[in-house]
Formats: sequence, C-alpha cells, structure tokens
Amino acid sequence: MRRTLGIAALVLALPLAAAAETKTITLPPDHPYGDLKPGPGVEVAQRACRSCHSTDYIVMQPRGDAKQWEAVVTKMIKVFGASISDEDAKAVVRYLSTVYGR
Amino acid sequence: MTRSHRRDFLRAVGGLGTFAVSAGLLWRAPRASAQQGDPILAGRPLVRYPEKTDLILLTARPTQLETPMSYFDGAITPNEAFFVRYHTFPVPTSVDLGTWRLRVSGLVDRPLELSLDDLKSKFAKAAVTAVTQCSGNSRGRFAPRVLGGEWGDGAMGNAEWVGARLRDILATAGVRQGAVQATFEGLDKPAFPSVPHFVKSLDIRRIVEDPDVIVAYQMNGRELPMLNGFPARLVVPGWYATYWVKNLSEISVIDHVFEKFWMKPAYRIPDTPCGCVEPGTAPKSTVPITRMTVRSFIGAPPGGARVVAGRSVTLKGIAFDGGYGVREVQVSDDEGVTWRRAQLGPDLGRYSFREWSAVWTPAAGEHTLMVRALNAIGESQGYEPVWNPAGYLRNIVERITVQAG
Repeated sequence: MRRTLGIAALVLALPLAAAAETKTITLPPDHPYGDLKPGPGVEVAQRACRSCHSTDYIVMQPRGDAKQWEAVVTKMIKVFGASISDEDAKAVVRYLSTVYGR
Repeated sequence: MTRSHRRDFLRAVGGLGTFAVSAGLLWRAPRASAQQGDPILAGRPLVRYPEKTDLILLTARPTQLETPMSYFDGAITPNEAFFVRYHTFPVPTSVDLGTWRLRVSGLVDRPLELSLDDLKSKFAKAAVTAVTQCSGNSRGRFAPRVLGGEWGDGAMGNAEWVGARLRDILATAGVRQGAVQATFEGLDKPAFPSVPHFVKSLDIRRIVEDPDVIVAYQMNGRELPMLNGFPARLVVPGWYATYWVKNLSEISVIDHVFEKFWMKPAYRIPDTPCGCVEPGTAPKSTVPITRMTVRSFIGAPPGGARVVAGRSVTLKGIAFDGGYGVREVQVSDDEGVTWRRAQLGPDLGRYSFREWSAVWTPAAGEHTLMVRALNAIGESQGYEPVWNPAGYLRNIVERITVQAG
C-alpha cells in the first residue's frame, strides 16, 4: 500500500517536473487610465482602435488638430493594416480631434 | 557634442576639487510623488505585472512599463524594476523550453536549432554589464511634442548580461561568402498578418568584430523575466534597445541590407551630425539609429524632495554613454554657473551605468540641481535639447528641484 502511494506520488510529480520547463505569465487587462473620454463617436473609436492596442496609447498623445489625427488614423490603416472602413475612419478622426483636439 | 561644449565642460571643472562623500541620506520624499509633479507622468498608474514590481504604466497592449527614477541611484537596475517595451500585441506570455529553439538559417553552411541547454553548454560563457535604453526614452519631454510612446525618463536600465557570443554562434553555423547582415526576430507575433513583425538587423561585420554582442540567457544572475525577453535576448552594448530583440527565436543571415518596417522607415534619425533638425521640420534623409548619446541623471534625492537646510545630503545618480565609457560627472546647484566634480563609483565597464555621488549642503530655499557627464572621447550633454520628428536621442542636461527648509 505504502509502495503504491509512493508510485502515485512519483507519477503525480512528473507533470510538475515537466511544467518547470515551461514559463507562463498572465497579463492584466487594459487599465482604466487609458479609457477614452466620452464624446460623439467614442464607440466607433473604441471598436476601431482596441482591436490592435489599448487606448492608453491615445490618451497619452499630445493633443492635436484634425490633420494630426487624420495622419495617425491613416498610418494605422496603411502601415499597420488596421481594418477600418472609410466611414469609421472619418468618425474616429472627428472624435479624436474633438475630444483630444487642441 | 561640439568642440565648444567640451571646452566649456573642461573650463568649468578646472580647479574645482572633488566633493566630499560621507553624508547620510537626509531627505524626505515630496508629499505628492515626483510622478504627480511630472507633466508627462502625472496620472499614470503604478502597476504590478508578472515578475515585476510596481512600475509606471505606459500602455497595456502592447505591454510598456517605465521604471521610476528612484531606481537610478545605483548602477544595477533590478530585474523586477527593469522597463518593458513591446511593439506589437500579443506579447509572448508562455515559453516551453522543451520546444523553444533559437534557429539560425539563411546564408550559412550549417543551419542550427539551439535549445537553451545548447546555448549554455556548447558556447563559451560571456558576460557584459550594459545599459539598454529605448530610442524614445524621454520622448514626452520633446518640444514641440511628437507622437509616439510618451515616455518619461525611465525607459532605461543596466544589468549584467551573461550568454553566448553571437559571433561564436554564427561561426558554428558557418557564415557564407556574400553575407551582409543578420536579421533577428522574437516570439512576439502580431495578431493580424498586416501588422509588420518586429524584425531588426545588424551588419555581419559588427557582429564578428564585437565580442560583447551576445545572446543573453541570464540577467543579473537570474533567468530573464518573460517581459524582458525570456529565455534569451540579443544584447548589443552601446546601441539603443531597439536592437536588443527579446524572446529571440530566429536569426537569419542575408546578402543585403534589411529594410523592412522596423529598420525603415521606423527607428531612423536625421542624417545630420547631431541626428537632429530644426524643431518642427522634417529631415532630408535618414539613417538607422544606433549608438546612444551621453546622459546622466540624479536618482536621489527624488525631484521635488524636501531636505534639511544646513545639513549635508548625498546626491546619487548614474551616467552612461554609447560605449566609450564615462570619464567624469559634474553637478551644479546654481543653474550651471559653476560645476563640481562628482565622485565616481566602481567601473563596471564602458557599457555600464556609472554610479556617481556628491555631498551637498543646501541653504534654506528652493534649489535646482543639475548633472552632466563627459565620456572618454569628449562627448557631453548640452543645455539645448536635440529635436527630431521621432523623439530620439534626447540627452539634455537634466535638472531637479528640491526644497531645503
């Protein structure tokens, strides 16, 4: 009986030994500090931007006019391949240049 | 640095002795933290990520965390306090060493698939203490402001790295005639195929000539935290962190200069002697960013601290450059009219943070403390910030304010 328990303990220990070869971490969710401020178009902006990055990336940027934000949205589409319709892109630029405008 | 900078530096120091160095630490942290008084860091939360201590959150996705300035009163940055910067999301969160391999392919005679044990057992062990600093460290301080990761000054750290020399690995693989560069890629793979993979390149010549370029599997005597590149990362001493590819998994030897997104147009500086242009203007041509500029910081007391008037305080901090080594550090408490030489700490090598300290006895009132460093080839720091559209290379003379009362 004692021997059986010993073997059982050994068998149980094996996956643990293997597990030591794997390192895994769990990342926390997006932080509320990065939440977009309310405003017309905020839902579109959240949907368009959050699929690739957290919106703290937006709230930390210097405020800017429509030209700045249009360049940013265009870069996200052309360089980073963000899948955003023309209509949504316009709405996002409008939202950003209003709520995070100069 | 220009010649005149260097002359000013030398003239200011002439005849001044070294500060005494034996006072206790006599300051109180400011009531509001330095972070709250900082225009860029104000409002950013301290967060605790796996294998990390409380760090300043820049962005959650991709993971970007900044080291608080209080860690820069000593030469070695603890692993748990080391900054984190990823470019795309998701970032690697799990590595199975049973299957992880560092693959070496391309223009080589013998393609390799190295396990971590292979890296440790088949190659001579090399160690280097070296600073890694994000190209955009302090980007948030640029005026006019520029878009990007709006870092304060904590996207930098210094560690003792141990690993295998990259040139030994490439020699084992056998680099073929016609090889020009090697490319480096980690486990971070963007969720969407349209997003450019983070791939960097180095000249084969740089790798072969420099025994300090290593594939590091140890950081300050321990395995790397996942978010700093477990199980192995590239260490390119003297150069900005953009080359220090984390969670390294692929090396490919190629017959041309690699110019995909993260080498071009990203991570480039104006092709001018200072790497800068008139603020607000665009450069005519650009080159990849490489070697770090000279910088120095006051780590203690913290900016905004209250100290006791008439009692000596030990100022402490770090200085570094792009690999020539720090020759001298100076501090000023009078807006740079006079500079006094600080005492340098142990020399941990030319790529490392150099600790410095200076004893200072304040009169009652508000004081501005400044620090600047001079490296072994006469480069220093200026009062006027460099400016470029990407927010790179910042190395202005730093200052903090303290209250003595």
